[in-house]
Amino acid sequence: MGLLIFIFVLSIFLGIELISKVPSQLHTPLMSGSNAISGISIVGAILAAGTAGSDWLAIFLGTAAVAFATINVIGGYMVTDRMLEMFKKKEAPKS
Amino acid sequence: MNAESIIDLAYIVAAVLFIFGIKMLGKTATARRGNLVSAAGMTLAVVATLFNAGIEFQWIAVGVAAGGIVGATVARLVKMTAMPEMVALFNGFGGIASLLVGAAEYHRSPALSSDAVVPVLLTVLIGGVTFSGSLVAYGKLAEKITGKPVLFAGQQIVNAAILLALVAAGILFCIDPEGARWVFIATILLAMVLGVLSVIPIGGADMPVVIALLNSYSGLAASAAGFVISNKVLIVSGSLVGASGIILTSLMCKAMNRSLANVLFSGFGSAATSSGGKKHVGEAKPVSAEDAYYILEAASSVTFVPGYGMAVAQAQHVVRELGELLEANGAEVRYCVHPVAGRMPGHMNVLLAEANVPYDQLCEPDDVNPTMETVDVAVVIGANDVVNPDARDDEGSPIYGMPIIEVDRARTCIVLKRSMAAGFAGVGNPLFISQNTRMLFGDAKDSIAQLVSEFKE
Repeated sequence: MGLLIFIFVLSIFLGIELISKVPSQLHTPLMSGSNAISGISIVGAILAAGTAGSDWLAIFLGTAAVAFATINVIGGYMVTDRMLEMFKKKEAPKS
Repeated sequence: MNAESIIDLAYIVAAVLFIFGIKMLGKTATARRGNLVSAAGMTLAVVATLFNAGIEFQWIAVGVAAGGIVGATVARLVKMTAMPEMVALFNGFGGIASLLVGAAEYHRSPALSSDAVVPVLLTVLIGGVTFSGSLVAYGKLAEKITGKPVLFAGQQIVNAAILLALVAAGILFCIDPEGARWVFIATILLAMVLGVLSVIPIGGADMPVVIALLNSYSGLAASAAGFVISNKVLIVSGSLVGASGIILTSLMCKAMNRSLANVLFSGFGSAATSSGGKKHVGEAKPVSAEDAYYILEAASSVTFVPGYGMAVAQAQHVVRELGELLEANGAEVRYCVHPVAGRMPGHMNVLLAEANVPYDQLCEPDDVNPTMETVDVAVVIGANDVVNPDARDDEGSPIYGMPIIEVDRARTCIVLKRSMAAGFAGVGNPLFISQNTRMLFGDAKDSIAQLVSEFKE
């Protein structure tokens, strides 16, 4: 438990260091990109759905968790990529 | 090495990929690759998890297929103007996923160890608030429910009562998790009510703050879920997201010169607060598209100031066209974007990027304000509070102190607006009746399209 809290605190500081100097143009992609990362709960969801056995409530909870987390992950990464693709297009004529 | 330590190793690599991904997302040149790096980390984490002993695949496949189809379809079809509500919705799904992970773990072994009790509670609490709060934010942004602050008598008392009930439920749950099944369910429901109640009093113009904050919550929920199942990759990635959301939240608050508490609890923009500030007397000077064309035609320096109105009218493409025509006419064209313009952080930048506006023409208020006197025409497209001179001049104004784009100091200012109605903050704007301001009333897209056709003739 102590180790987990240790990891948690260090990661918060790391996150703050990583983000503090981001140009405002990238605020939306950064937000939707990090939103996709928060779909990491898919790992917990997979463990829940994969070990549910034949308990119907456990199957329901696990499968719903996997479905919602997958929407978050797939949707999040795809919209972020769509946005960044548009951002990129204009750099070509500039150079 | 046994399977377990290989999985752990894969998780470490995934966490490193997330860290690199976020770092690269912060720079224009590497942002897109950064997103792919982070997606690779996610894929690795998922695949590694599937190698755990005793995992059955059928229900995972059902969930992934359902979620994958929905997520991919929506992500492909959503319009760029609808991006704020999309981000809010995805965010809410992340929150409910974490909540379900916590609930599933409790259901699997109700006699939770003392280390797991508090994390389970926090997971369903933060996950629940994130889920319902994000859904309300989605409703407000998609205009399915009113964007105005919803306030009722005794709101703070109700909130306080819910918090007390949550603390009581938490204590009961910690004493005997196994017997407290109903307390657990009540906690989930209360958390969801709390999520709704914390977002409904927040006005549309403050949405950038709320979205950033909910983004942070969804990360913290995932992190709490990581404590529940003792999974380090969840803790690391969740807290990275939590931290980045907090940073964005504080950036947005700074851009409005308000504290987070003020944004969350003041019901800003409601009838009660809008009476603050001076009354402005004077006549607005309307202008026809033709006259506006003559003003623009003679200008050698034009600055566009887009706001939420441009998003509503979907005017970004015609704006870019007008910008190109002005450049061909010999004018220097810039786009000045306020950090909180629109409904999410960086909203206007996304729309202008969609319309192919060149990067080097985008600038921030600090770049433009010092040389505002040299700007011939400032064209304000559906922005209001971010160009309100009261924020600089009138100490009694509710938005006093908020950094603005000082278009009132430009030689001429053309304001495109549907009517004289107040902005989301509900305060009057003396810019509209200023001597050198001309009001071009009507739908922003139609007005600009008229200007474009005038230029083409």
